[in-house]
Amino acid sequence: MSLGEINGLRDPDESGRFGEFGGRFVPETLIPACLDLEKSFKEAWADKAFRSRLDQLLSEYAGRPSPLTECPNLSKELGCRVLLKREDLNHTGSHKINNVLGQALLAQRMGKTRLLAETGAGQHGVATATAAALLGMECCVYMGEVDIERQKLNVFRMRLLGAEVRTALSGSRTLKDAINEAMRDWVATVEESHYCLGSVMGPHPYPWMVRTFHEVLGKEAREQSEERLGTVPDLVVACVGGGSNAIGIFSGFADSEAELVGVEPSGGAAVGRGVPGVVHGSRSFLLQDEFGQVLEAESISAGLDYPGVGPEHSHLADSGRARYESVTDEEVIEAFQLLSRMEGIIPALEPAHAIAWVSRERKSLEGKTVLINLSGRGDKDVGQMMKVLEVDDEK
Amino acid sequence: MSQTIEETLVAKRESKKKSLVVYLTGGLDEHFEATVEEVSASGADVIEIGIPFSDPVMDGPTIQRANDMALTSGTTPISILDRVKQIESSTPLAVMTYYNIAASMGVERFASLLARSGVSGCILPDLPLEEVEPWANAADKEEVETILLAAPTASDERLSIICKRSRGFIYGVGLLGVTGVRQELASSAIEISARLKKVTKLPVLVGVGIGTPDQAVEASRVSDGVVVGSAIVERMLEGGGPERVGALVQEFRTALDETTF
Repeated sequence: MSLGEINGLRDPDESGRFGEFGGRFVPETLIPACLDLEKSFKEAWADKAFRSRLDQLLSEYAGRPSPLTECPNLSKELGCRVLLKREDLNHTGSHKINNVLGQALLAQRMGKTRLLAETGAGQHGVATATAAALLGMECCVYMGEVDIERQKLNVFRMRLLGAEVRTALSGSRTLKDAINEAMRDWVATVEESHYCLGSVMGPHPYPWMVRTFHEVLGKEAREQSEERLGTVPDLVVACVGGGSNAIGIFSGFADSEAELVGVEPSGGAAVGRGVPGVVHGSRSFLLQDEFGQVLEAESISAGLDYPGVGPEHSHLADSGRARYESVTDEEVIEAFQLLSRMEGIIPALEPAHAIAWVSRERKSLEGKTVLINLSGRGDKDVGQMMKVLEVDDEK
Repeated sequence: MSQTIEETLVAKRESKKKSLVVYLTGGLDEHFEATVEEVSASGADVIEIGIPFSDPVMDGPTIQRANDMALTSGTTPISILDRVKQIESSTPLAVMTYYNIAASMGVERFASLLARSGVSGCILPDLPLEEVEPWANAADKEEVETILLAAPTASDERLSIICKRSRGFIYGVGLLGVTGVRQELASSAIEISARLKKVTKLPVLVGVGIGTPDQAVEASRVSDGVVVGSAIVERMLEGGGPERVGALVQEFRTALDETTF
């Protein structure tokens, strides 16, 4: 299989595009804020003091570097060598903290006093609430009504951390609608609020900035792989909703021979089943009807229950450098239990998608080395899974 | 073709009157055509027809609700424009929708469809200056006026560039926020009007947060008029029929006409 052009990930062009994807499609009110954010981010990233403060927080507060874990039992079961990048071991339980600490420090540097965020599974919301508590900022998180119900634990965590959680009641009442509400809030509060977007999506500079903040995990994984394997793995696999954990780990291997695979939920497979469209600030693959109305995604995983995808993933798919596959909710439920039983690691439902794909494709992966980004831990999902599995038991 | 939006609003200004642009959600119910005609007869200078989009990030609860109702009842961009085509109204019409509706059809096709449906102008609130060229060029070719929004957050320099690219009028965003009726008129509505008047000869209309005739008069002290949306849509949602909507438009019209500016 062709890997496309083997290059490291490129920065977007002046208009914020990766190939033909990306851009800055937001109300005029927000454009000055986007331009200002781009400028401030570039300055901060070039500033040694900012970088060392962020590095310090990432190591002393978030617990980086996260380990690379060999999975002997699962490897034996599947017939391929499986390694996990343990982002589940970060403070707050997922990779989201990398981006949030970066954005929160940047927001503070820009003189903003309030962090605004959307959340699906609640992991990004919890991470944002955490950073706000740490830096003494106000925090408001929008979450869809459906997600509030299925991720109760994270709602409580956010409130405990001092954040206000607001319910998004419109549309599908999931991540897409939480983003709509967060954007409406931002339009009204742009002077004091920084919109701490949780994935590699939205208007430029977000997809690029969020990727940059997650490159730390890809860089670590590359070094750890070289050390452990003496080379890069054959495949690097990650789940994709908006695609932040995937872009983080892809960034470490895009310039290598490793095959990059993004795994989408079958009910939210924007790359797999979507066509290019514009929503939430950028042009990217999108599930939409023939008139351009955005369709509602449907996934067991609140974090991936989104009809769009970050623009750089659309570009990577278009150029052939990464490929995108999908798995069903049933396969995910299976994988959730498989990793728990085999390795004593309960994954979040999101990375369980990556595990599900590897498990399903075991035959074609025989003898290969597969690195999976375990982007988050499953504590938040056990309530929901208890219900799902009990129902199954009764059948 | 009848007068363009710009010609209409400039003529209004020259006659020392203030302009009233009325927004209403397209395809909301079976009274859609009658409502447009009633609004026209009640004194609107331009009528903006909203084509509902699934994710209207610039709109507040009222227009969102109307949007959802229209979409749920099966309204599509094509069905709205088909109905618009049948409307007998001497008032110029504009369409307001979100960019993906135009992008999914293709900007050339969308522009041509608007022109063929008798629509003179178009507002796409999530298509800022940086991204507007492909659409605006297609619209120019079809003589569809691309009306741009100008917000309080922009620098004077940016306001001036936006005004140069805007056609029809310049839509001053009256406050930091999404569409919807507010208790009081924001001081930013006056400020943005004054800043825009300094940099452009285009008609300057202010919208977002203009919910009552008094607020319309207040905002028009500096601007050339107002855009009223949520208040009208609220009236549509109450279900009193076209006459009740027309009566509200009449109140705005009378307030603007009877004030000495």
